[in-house]
Amino acid sequence: MIEISNLQKSFGSNQVLKGVSCTLETGKCNLLLGGSGTGKSVLLSCIVGLQKPDIGSITFDGTVYTNAKVAIRQEIRRKIGMLFQGSALFDSMTVAQNVEFPLQMLTPDMSPEERRDRVEFCLKRVGLENAGNKMPSDISGGMKKRVGIARAIAPNCTYLFCDEPNSGLDPATSIKIDELIYEITHEYNITTAIITHDMNSVVGIGDHIIFLHQGKKLWDGNKEEILNAQVPELREFIFSSSLVRAAKRVEEEDGPQGLEQLAQEPLSEL
Amino acid sequence: MVSRTERMRVIWRRFMEEATLIGVDSIFIVGIVSAFIGAVTCIQIAYNLTNPLIPKSTIGYMVREMTILELAPTITSIVLAGKVGSSIAGGLGTMRITEQISALEVMGINATSYLVLPRILAAIFMFPLLVILAMALSILGGYLAGTLSGAMAAQDYIEGIRTDFIPYNILFALIKAVVFAFLVSGISAYKGFFTEGGALEVGAASTAAVTNSIIAILLADYVLAAVLL
Repeated sequence: MIEISNLQKSFGSNQVLKGVSCTLETGKCNLLLGGSGTGKSVLLSCIVGLQKPDIGSITFDGTVYTNAKVAIRQEIRRKIGMLFQGSALFDSMTVAQNVEFPLQMLTPDMSPEERRDRVEFCLKRVGLENAGNKMPSDISGGMKKRVGIARAIAPNCTYLFCDEPNSGLDPATSIKIDELIYEITHEYNITTAIITHDMNSVVGIGDHIIFLHQGKKLWDGNKEEILNAQVPELREFIFSSSLVRAAKRVEEEDGPQGLEQLAQEPLSEL
Repeated sequence: MVSRTERMRVIWRRFMEEATLIGVDSIFIVGIVSAFIGAVTCIQIAYNLTNPLIPKSTIGYMVREMTILELAPTITSIVLAGKVGSSIAGGLGTMRITEQISALEVMGINATSYLVLPRILAAIFMFPLLVILAMALSILGGYLAGTLSGAMAAQDYIEGIRTDFIPYNILFALIKAVVFAFLVSGISAYKGFFTEGGALEVGAASTAAVTNSIIAILLADYVLAAVLL
């Protein structure tokens, strides 16, 4: 569990985070939801240690991370896996070398055979068992995301952070990536935080959703609760999607059966 | 934020990779440039030495002095500023904008010691070796140009390059090479590591790395000559 308390961060005179307090729960997909420029990425950067917050504290399973000694911070960082928006694969290495890299750097006691087995396991877990020898430039965006996930989980991470895992992907691939993150989170009981503004992700894998608006947390709950939330900014955000508006209209007109019927119809008839 | 350096084994492996990129991959361009500079220097000195009272061996002597004191260390370093400097700045700049450096930092890996330190150490180690190669090829280039063009006899050239040799000049050239290596790799790494923006900024960082490195080389060249000669 990651506890964030009164986190504030400014860049010059621009205060991006205005006292965010929330909890990222273990074994759940915690979605950081909000429009562009609401501070989601800055919040994530503070949590993973890429930015230092001005005020506030971040606690990883009882260990305070902010202002901790280097050794403690390094120990926590080595439990963190992160999937970047652009995947951030090392383009001079093959797919397998990318996945092996954190093992080489973070687990020096591991033998080469153990590392190879772990790489094979992780690539198989994300469905890329035959792509180990390919270069990142030779694989698709969706495959890059999978490699990024494999690299993140390779050293048995306790915390997984994903920065817009669906960006640049088609809807079908986005859903597959979401499902993969969801499965891994529940399978290994890790604390996962995902930045998103994709409503498919919200209703698909939103175990715990935190809505940020103008640097503040306005709402948190789960995917069952979000459509009935009474926060105006959140409702405006959710119902800015034409698809969600259409689904809401069908539900209001025809009830839950209408929605089920809608889901069964071929896309060409919608 | 996390400033512990990486293990020596990792640094050594990275050093060898960078030494190959900076050193071995630069042998061809350094060889071509230095051989032709030696050849042209020899031909031009021969063209200007019309006084029959000046012995032909003076051509060899002048080629050697110019090569060791100035041409080999400075021109080689300027060539390497273009090749190695742009490569370091472009490589690190691309890693920065594609979040590869952030990925290292999130893993708890000190990106500076993993990416920058091996490059600087490799440059400091390889530049002097390339300068030694450049000295040899430049003098050889002068020999071939002088003898094949008929400007002078081989014996005169060899006599010239053996006249009044000062071993300290070699040490001076190697000191220059080490200083230039630090300047080129340090400036280029700084420009690349702190790139912000996109592809356009990576190109700008590469250009700035090369121009700043060359200016720094020329300034340091003057300072070293004034202090050490």
